[in-house]
Amino acid sequence: MKRILVGIKRVVDFNVRIRVKPDGSGVITEGVKMSINPFDEIALEEALRMKERGAAEEIVVAAIGPAEVQQQLRTALAMGADRAVLVQSEAAPEPLIAARIFLKLIEREQPFAVILGKQAIDDDNNQTGQMLAALWGRPQATFASKIELTDGKATVTREVDAGLETLEVELPAVFTTDLRLNEPRYVKLPDIMKAKKKPLETLPLEGLGVEARERLKVLRVEPPAQRQKGIKVKDAQELVDALRKKGLI
Amino acid sequence: MAKILIIAEHDGTKLNASTAKCVTCARGIPAADITIAVCAASPASVAAEAARIEGVNRVVTLEHPANVHALAAVIAPQIVAIAGPYTHVLGPSTTFGKDLMPRIAALLDAPQVSDIMAVESASRFRRPVYAGNAIATVEATGAGKLVGTVRTASFTAAPAGGAAPVEAMPVAADLPEHTRFVSVSAAASDRPDLQAARRVVSGGRALGSAENFKILHSLADRFGAALAASRAAVDAGYAPNEMQVGQTGKIIAPELYVAIGISGAIQHLTGIKDARTIVAINKDPEAPIFEIADFGLVGDLFQIVPELEKLVGQRAVP
Repeated sequence: MKRILVGIKRVVDFNVRIRVKPDGSGVITEGVKMSINPFDEIALEEALRMKERGAAEEIVVAAIGPAEVQQQLRTALAMGADRAVLVQSEAAPEPLIAARIFLKLIEREQPFAVILGKQAIDDDNNQTGQMLAALWGRPQATFASKIELTDGKATVTREVDAGLETLEVELPAVFTTDLRLNEPRYVKLPDIMKAKKKPLETLPLEGLGVEARERLKVLRVEPPAQRQKGIKVKDAQELVDALRKKGLI
Repeated sequence: MAKILIIAEHDGTKLNASTAKCVTCARGIPAADITIAVCAASPASVAAEAARIEGVNRVVTLEHPANVHALAAVIAPQIVAIAGPYTHVLGPSTTFGKDLMPRIAALLDAPQVSDIMAVESASRFRRPVYAGNAIATVEATGAGKLVGTVRTASFTAAPAGGAAPVEAMPVAADLPEHTRFVSVSAAASDRPDLQAARRVVSGGRALGSAENFKILHSLADRFGAALAASRAAVDAGYAPNEMQVGQTGKIIAPELYVAIGISGAIQHLTGIKDARTIVAINKDPEAPIFEIADFGLVGDLFQIVPELEKLVGQRAVP
């Protein structure tokens, strides 16, 4: 079976203005809207389009975390994924552990492509896809804005600092998505009903045989330093005068 | 002693300024002994440049034809093969380093701290999370190596003035052939590089079209500035992706940032808040960009931009 594995993470919705907890232990997530990480939604959309073009037969979506993550996996199933796997753990693990867990899922599912978001918008780490490719000993094509599959290979356009880079990678490979790869579809009500019947399997982390000892400890979380609010100038002349006075132009 | 290996970013002939910023970060680690590794097809000129960075103890070169393009899958095993003696492996938080460093970390079985903005000790760092809306202090526990990417906007480039020895090392790793470089399309420009520019002129969705976006070109020339864009402007096709500034684009710290027709979503602000002076021009007086701008001008950009151009007069020296 030509299968694609997609990873998703449950994060604070990108429209939420986050607030740091007064005790500095993290950010407030109680009563806050949670969603699929936007980059992961793009990853799933790309997999679904590959399936619709006949390049894949089954889309498996996987996530790591507590039982609540089932909500996001159901959303992914409603978008069109065929089945879902939740690796149950107390919290989202650090990237290297997440990569080890995904390697176990690769061994189980034997996908020809793994598509992940390039970063999660909560910890902004941008690590898991690259780490997974390294552990798997396979190519990585990160920050993809276009992926074309042709017999056993993928041609990938990547958003890099210099512009757009094109790589050719042999399959299987790991892809991570950038924002302009696609625009994810909206979920329709009948799809939500259908998704309830799709398989969602839960695997306890302990049963996977993964070394899951965390080595990065968040000691405290603080709000960033605020910039001083500046002044309004009335016209272009006043602006130019102000910038000249500061020696900026 | 902290033995630190920094992976040089370069284009085959010139060192990227991000490397000297990594050196400044590394010098913040107590008792740092700093080595720069240059992976290249012919590393001599880049290595010579790296050797002149103040605070660098030595430069090692890994010369191989496969290093003609910086492919993470090819470079990572070479670095892992020489990483034995080092306590830290650092690279810049540019697309080069973001792609490469986690691959190295996984092969070394080492945790990675991304986007280091401040060093508190050899194992404790500060980094932005949630698009810079919170700052986390993280500590690496355990005795193993630590990999990090350096948020280049948080560090000034270490100056030239050193004279470190350069040593060629053999490439001892098996290099994979499963990943091949095809091409890179970079718009030719004589403007300053966005990530190194002292002044930046940036446009948003309010420009309305790719054609209109061009009115910023001559203003940028007058300022001697690099051009940038918000995500909305890039998504709409007004500007190419390499101009995007923000959480998922480039993080910059110019002396002057002029935001034109940019409302200032938090994802954009995180990319510019280290700028010394921020100017905002927007017709909406309630636009969030005015909350962080040093100088705000409310009005029609299509009227203000030509006025500014006239007032600034001759092209500035970049």
